[in-house]
Amino acid sequence: MTDTIVLDEPLDAFEEQALPATQVRGYWQSVFYRLRHDPMTLVFAAVVLLIVLAAIAAPLIAPFDLYKESIVGRLKPFGWHDHPLGTDELGRDMLSRLIYGGRVSLLMGVVPVVIASLIGGMLGVVAGFVGGRTNTAIMRTVDVFYAFPSVLLAVAIAGAMGGGIGNGMLALTLVFIPPMCRVAETATTQVRALDFIEAARATGARTTTIIRYHVLGNVLGPVFIYASSLISVSILLASGLSFLGLGVRPPVPDWGLMLSTLRQSIYVVPLVCALPGVAIFITSICCNLVSDGLRAAMDVRM
Amino acid sequence: MPDSLALDPRDRGGLQQPMLIARDLRKHFPVKGSGGKSVQAVDGVSFVVDKGETLGIVGESGCGKSTLARLLLHLVMPDAGELVFDGDAVGVPDGIAVGALRRQVQMVFQDSYSSLNPRMPIRDSVAFGPFVQGKKKDEARDIARDMLSRVGLDPSVFGPRYPHELSGGQKQRVNIARALATGPRMVILDEPVSALDKSIEAQVLNLLRALKRQFNLTYIFISHDLNVVQYLSDRVLVMYLGRVVEIGPIDAIFERPLHPYTRALLASRPSMDPGRRIEAPPITGDPPNPIDPPPGCRFHTRCPFTEQVCETKDPALGTWQGLQSHVTACHMRDPRSGHSLYGHV
Repeated sequence: MTDTIVLDEPLDAFEEQALPATQVRGYWQSVFYRLRHDPMTLVFAAVVLLIVLAAIAAPLIAPFDLYKESIVGRLKPFGWHDHPLGTDELGRDMLSRLIYGGRVSLLMGVVPVVIASLIGGMLGVVAGFVGGRTNTAIMRTVDVFYAFPSVLLAVAIAGAMGGGIGNGMLALTLVFIPPMCRVAETATTQVRALDFIEAARATGARTTTIIRYHVLGNVLGPVFIYASSLISVSILLASGLSFLGLGVRPPVPDWGLMLSTLRQSIYVVPLVCALPGVAIFITSICCNLVSDGLRAAMDVRM
Repeated sequence: MPDSLALDPRDRGGLQQPMLIARDLRKHFPVKGSGGKSVQAVDGVSFVVDKGETLGIVGESGCGKSTLARLLLHLVMPDAGELVFDGDAVGVPDGIAVGALRRQVQMVFQDSYSSLNPRMPIRDSVAFGPFVQGKKKDEARDIARDMLSRVGLDPSVFGPRYPHELSGGQKQRVNIARALATGPRMVILDEPVSALDKSIEAQVLNLLRALKRQFNLTYIFISHDLNVVQYLSDRVLVMYLGRVVEIGPIDAIFERPLHPYTRALLASRPSMDPGRRIEAPPITGDPPNPIDPPPGCRFHTRCPFTEQVCETKDPALGTWQGLQSHVTACHMRDPRSGHSLYGHV
């Protein structure tokens, strides 16, 4: 049995009463608590969820065939012959193409950010923790890429690789690695200066162990917040690449590509032609607002 | 000397062998862009720590105490000098490796808030040490529970809590539990009570005392507060600007301080007696810049007894004659210095 020590003075009665009576909450539980009580973020998150579900369930809910053209039924307005959102310049149903287009846009929005977070995050943590010349080597290389405007860089890389969805995702990943690396490096450098890292070193822990148990948990927060805000940027950039013809090839539906092909017809049925743009706008801004809500819930000083 | 003479199984030299010998430790931090100048944080510090004692290290802020603490664990690599732990030189191929040293020596840090990972529950923070040193997770958790109860915190209540839910005193107890969880023989305490209220400070000091008896520990206690040092220490080392200026048994230091700096430190303690008020401060000014320490004795710019020899020659620590010696680095005590006050003070 453990023998509790006999203190020369008894533990102050007030210290016991000062213990908080509320439920013990960890960091992530408190994040979920704050999110549950944030109605605006919940609304926007619901919209994003709806878009994602629609994209996933596309084969089930799309009313018409994506590629069935109709010379007669070109550029028709809302409600024409059971097409709730009209038809495009080749007579294909807009609603179906929008739903399927969401798949490509969401994919190109999320995948590059996820991969860039992993790669950039890892580079940033290594640079931040090891410091010294490794840090200089990694961060200055990253700075070179930072010097280019992201759109220009994405277009240049995608164009050089020859377009297509894979190359588009590669280009976006490369564009997002530098900022993710920088965020991770800043967070790691801040954490590294704290005493509990030194205490961990004093127990003889290896660097990898310290990073795994002490650094990552504290760095994950800022990285996740930043990554979530990059998703909306990624959707926009992906649409831009497709608009320029560097994304998917026609006739595969993609919002940016649809905008590009419908551009000339905007005086015929303006509402129908603006739809892909509206879709991009709604998706991007909802992702952005959800990420703001996440930041408000997560970026709390404890 | 410890109350019980039972030796730790890891003991290597018996009670005659000092726990730690530091010889001429030196650490200079280069200042960028100043053309080679450096902050001389620790500049030739030597001392001995006996098994089972508490050595207090006292000095002003910026005198190099915290750097010294980190040098002892090789958290900061010394530029020069050597460390001998229980007869084995640290960091050399023939002696004890730094990793092995860290299984026997641990540290309690000053800032209780930043010494704990805000994302980890208390029990995981305390269990991390044993876990790193090879114990399985369940075993480590059990050790953590045991340690938390030994420092007076109920493990079922405090174990799952996070650092932000604890008070300063409770956090510092956790830090002590964390340091002891790996079963060290010696603990370096870097200003462990400086940030605490006085009443909590007293509780933590008593806890440290009790734990020292219980676990047969050796302490190095660093503080700027002389009363706290007096309460816990057997011997005291006084530091000034990276150097040792005086070292000796606690009673000798407090009753017959040899160095003018020690005298001034002791005289500047506020007295509880309203009749004994300090009219003029015993010592004025700030310590000189450690980047550009004054030549000769580093204290001569603030010393009331300074003379020509003090401005040019570095005083050496007196002859060491065993652990109860009381020596100082002052020209007034050195017969060969030529100081006019030798023999008269």
